[in-house]
Amino acid sequence: MRPLKIVVLAKQVPDTRHVGPDAMKPDGTVNRGKLSTIFNPDDLHAMELALNIKDRVPGTTVTLLTMGPPKAADIIREGYYRGVDNGVMISDRRFGGADTLATSYTLVKGIQKLAPFDLILGGRQAIDGDTAQVGPQCANKLKIPQVTYVEEILEISENEIIAKRRLEKGVETVSSPFPCLMTVHGSSPVCRSRHAKNVMKYKYARTATELRSADEMLKSLHEKRPYLTIPEWKVEDIEANIEKIGLAGSPTKVKSVENIILTANEAKFLNESDADIELMIKELIEHHTIG
Amino acid sequence: MKSVLVYCEVENQKVADISLELLSAGKQLAQKLGCPLDAMIFGSKLKDIKSEIAPYGVDKLFVADDSRLEPYRTLPHAAIATTVLKQEDPQIVLFGATSIGRDLAPRLASELNCGLTADCTILDIGDHFVKKEKKEYNDLLYAIRPAFGGSIMANIINWDMHPQMATVREGVMKKEIFDANYSTQVIDVNVEDSVKDEDFVVKIIERHIEESGVNLKEAPIIVAGGYGVGSKENFQHLQDLADLLGGEVGGSRAAVDAGFIDHDRQIGQTGTTVRPKLYIAAGISGAIQHTAGMQDSSLIISINNDPDAPINKLADYVINGDLAVVVPKMIKYYKKNAK
Repeated sequence: MRPLKIVVLAKQVPDTRHVGPDAMKPDGTVNRGKLSTIFNPDDLHAMELALNIKDRVPGTTVTLLTMGPPKAADIIREGYYRGVDNGVMISDRRFGGADTLATSYTLVKGIQKLAPFDLILGGRQAIDGDTAQVGPQCANKLKIPQVTYVEEILEISENEIIAKRRLEKGVETVSSPFPCLMTVHGSSPVCRSRHAKNVMKYKYARTATELRSADEMLKSLHEKRPYLTIPEWKVEDIEANIEKIGLAGSPTKVKSVENIILTANEAKFLNESDADIELMIKELIEHHTIG
Repeated sequence: MKSVLVYCEVENQKVADISLELLSAGKQLAQKLGCPLDAMIFGSKLKDIKSEIAPYGVDKLFVADDSRLEPYRTLPHAAIATTVLKQEDPQIVLFGATSIGRDLAPRLASELNCGLTADCTILDIGDHFVKKEKKEYNDLLYAIRPAFGGSIMANIINWDMHPQMATVREGVMKKEIFDANYSTQVIDVNVEDSVKDEDFVVKIIERHIEESGVNLKEAPIIVAGGYGVGSKENFQHLQDLADLLGGEVGGSRAAVDAGFIDHDRQIGQTGTTVRPKLYIAAGISGAIQHTAGMQDSSLIISINNDPDAPINKLADYVINGDLAVVVPKMIKYYKKNAK
């Protein structure tokens, strides 16, 4: 079996699953700035799938590609700690405000710079939008087949890959030729943890932007060990059309936003005593809610 | 041509529920716009499919009938849909936010270079003034959806790159017959003109689809559990109560992720939206992601050992206690008091 070239797409997202009390404003709305940022959960699954293929097919390389603000370099470092071979950031203010169409355009320009490749993997969706659009949009722009909601890779051969897909109401096994793009479902195996050796090797990995505010010691370390410098691609590096990126390249615009406020109800407060439970059940029966 | 077009899912000559819901929602939009409602459906043996779709008030139905189009595969469906969309140039295109719709719609949006809003819960028509252009755009699709884990509702519009596309979750829109005798024109789409051999490179080797017996949307009573239920075993208490009351069991995303309950029973923004007359939330903290899918329930009981759980704010009865104690007591006193 020939080695494969895999590109994994990953995103840094606000942790919308754990909106703690400190992230709530007094009016009951969410303070986005207070949410911590995490590696998008489905993308971690995609990275695991890639690393699993690397284990199975010797010589395979895994390149992690992310687009985001300077802080998203955390994603690349995390990828290195867990075993990816290369990491690339697409980061430029001009990419900001992108919807899924502009995002997929930008990522595809990056992927094309990394070409040739056999397999593009990404999480099914990101928890900050839950749209699940960027994967299929990239596949369309790359003119390659897409296999969405992948749970497991069953077989890899010279010319094709066989995967199990998790659908709403069941499973499907499909084969696709290379190159193709797969989005990975959260029901696939969880990502392996960091490897201490990799953490030692890459903990000083920085982008050029990060290095600018770093101390001299770190800068000279990067001169000695060039692999520590995370490539940071700007608009010009990927030859992106300025009309197709950021806000300008995004057809969907937010017209208005309404905060959801949980308002208190006039509730009856009970405890687990027999008297309380029986009282409630009797009321429910009386009002024909049950029975 | 100004029109609203719905992509309909079909399997074994049965149109998916979500597609009928979308036709109903699409009809309302079409009436507001004073334009036709059209639909497209691609599958196998669709000779009689018109009878299922016409009553929803569909003007033109584009049918691609070919054994290779079922079960659904991305590339051939995308190729044919592209042909229909380019030819018809509709203003609005709707898809179900299903395994199929969420696979197909983004591929098409990329192909047509247009905007797509995912998982809408409200669709409407309205205007928008673009300050930069000093221009008012009329009759735009308002695609309204929960965002940011459900903490906000965002109204997403798209005025300059058509068509305007949206996906809608199952169970959000109401399925309504428009006119049982509505006259629909069927247009056969020539499959060979759109698809190429290489559109069939992805092959389906095996398929197990369970026609899920779960119908959370129709259940009058739902007993739902969250991460706080703690185990699959504890979920049995909830099942017992649901069975006794004639309801269904559901779960939050956390409970599904933890493997306590099956994915098809997930309630919330990324699961099913429900409006039962009684919703019992056990061990559910009430992340907005979850409450977005159940807050319209007529009566809500929260069983939680955390008195500050956010879900308590929505509840009519807040029981502070251990569900492993409370639920069996509810069963006991129901049996004692029910006639």
